[in-house]
Amino acid sequence: MNMWKENSMTVVSKVVCPVCGCCCDDIELVIENNKIIEARNACAMSAAKFENYSLHRNMDAYIRKNGELTKASLDEAIRKSAEILAESSYPILYGWSSTSCEAIKVGLELAEEIGGVIDNTSTVCHGPSILAAQDVGLVGTTLGQIRHRADLIIYWGSNPWSAHPRHMERYAALSDGRFQRNMWRRIAARIRADSVRKKITRIISIFFKRGRGTPRREAKESFEMLPSGERKLIVVDVRRTRSAELADYFVQVKPGGDYEVLQALRALIRDEELDVDEVAGVPVETLEEIADVMINCNLGIIFFGLGLTMSKGKLRNVEVAIKLTQDLNERTKFLIMPMRGHFNVTGANTVFTWQTGYPYAVDFSHGYPRYNPGETSAIDVLRRGDADAARVIASDPISNFPREAARNLADIPLIVIDPHLSLTALVADVVIPSAFVGIEAEGTVYRMDHVPLPLKRVVDPPKGILSDEEILKRILEEVRRLKKS
Amino acid sequence: MEILILTGRTINQGCGKEIGKASKEYVESVAVCEMNEKDMENLRIRDGDRVKVTTEFGSVILTAKKSRRIRSPGTAFIPYGPWANYIMGSSTDGTGMPLLKGVPAHVEPTEEKVSTIRDLIDSIMV
Repeated sequence: MNMWKENSMTVVSKVVCPVCGCCCDDIELVIENNKIIEARNACAMSAAKFENYSLHRNMDAYIRKNGELTKASLDEAIRKSAEILAESSYPILYGWSSTSCEAIKVGLELAEEIGGVIDNTSTVCHGPSILAAQDVGLVGTTLGQIRHRADLIIYWGSNPWSAHPRHMERYAALSDGRFQRNMWRRIAARIRADSVRKKITRIISIFFKRGRGTPRREAKESFEMLPSGERKLIVVDVRRTRSAELADYFVQVKPGGDYEVLQALRALIRDEELDVDEVAGVPVETLEEIADVMINCNLGIIFFGLGLTMSKGKLRNVEVAIKLTQDLNERTKFLIMPMRGHFNVTGANTVFTWQTGYPYAVDFSHGYPRYNPGETSAIDVLRRGDADAARVIASDPISNFPREAARNLADIPLIVIDPHLSLTALVADVVIPSAFVGIEAEGTVYRMDHVPLPLKRVVDPPKGILSDEEILKRILEEVRRLKKS
Repeated sequence: MEILILTGRTINQGCGKEIGKASKEYVESVAVCEMNEKDMENLRIRDGDRVKVTTEFGSVILTAKKSRRIRSPGTAFIPYGPWANYIMGSSTDGTGMPLLKGVPAHVEPTEEKVSTIRDLIDSIMV
């Protein structure tokens, strides 16, 4: 492990961050007395996790008795969990995106053993993207290629400033690559110009009493005014996010209008003419300008987020975005990548696929893996009220699912394995505390571009707290013992 | 007032969830409804007032927040979290994914307190 001493503290370097799909691998942690006291190179979310992870953690196992969660020993909680799962006829095992690939592998073994449904959180994030890629393929890449070569970066329905804070800095528009420079200089100049513009507006408003408002710069510079050959950044979204403020061009689409805008761009790229003035709130002139920039770039990429998968159209939005990329490859080189949220949601899809043949929503109730999102996916199973028990790990579906699905989940015997006392844990029948993977337990994760990275164990977990993998192995052993007897 | 609800990530929501969902930071970052200034004027509410957001699937009480990021009147933004999700439907139209962005809702001013995590849990434990 890369580490050195600074006074009485130990500094561990090259730590992989267990927060978002960027999996930044340059974090340095300052540790004193088995406690992380500082996280260096970390974004706000990463620092919040590394420096505060233990503040609201759960240290005890619980079993619900007479309607109340009552403290229990770990052995009792594991035994009770195994009993619930062994007795159920159609259990659902859900979560997986915030744990290691090694734990996911044991989870799949457990799902096969008990003949239930196993689903990961991509079902309510990039599940539609997977369905679209299965339909039309995906022109993918690794993030290193983007950092070094991409001269046009488009974030579509994605707000990296908030959801993947170091994505731009490490892999995209704000990174310095071998063949492409970062955009900082241009952004700094723009911020200075904005500041001057605001001052002038304020002075005018004082002298002419036209109100105190300072009009924002609505339209960005025309692409023609930007230095040729330099990296360009476009953000397409339904609201003006912080990421949009950094962009050379921000395109605001009416909610639910992404499909139309993407199809319009496809038409323009094929040199067809549009006989309307605007598409989903975007003037055709703007679309023509963007189509030109897309065709004339050397290497472009669309990073798309949940703005496409959760809005009207869902997988069809992603499908048409992929088709746009394919069309663009007739004229130049263009790539596309989903902005994966949890740090190992890509790993969950990968392990699911190599173990069962399918990336999520896998049903073992027939004794072999079946895959039919819309039927075997977590929300649908719960909505129909089919599941008779559930085991949730490294996720909080009571927070993240719509009310009806959450209500049905709370209605059935529910086991939760989580380091926090999450909302799901509060309604559970069995709660098992676990170690924080990537801090107190090691393992493997897959970055959003499918690059596997090792998570480190940088501090010891509290006494008696096991990793997700160890807990699952013990539940699996107990289930097998119960089934034999 | 009829309004379209958008949902999404914010950096404060991201930090709050990493600290813990029982934390003050999380609740304060998530139980909010970011609105366009004109919509707030029409509802006669100010920054920090409460609004009741109702869809066909349920209601939640949130703190209204004026946002320059909501440029079009008629849309509002609620960060990801149980407050947003508990007014969403669970039908997936055969895709596995419910509609979680661009959901029509009714927004009205209210004197009621912001829904707590306990309120939300009680609403599903009935």
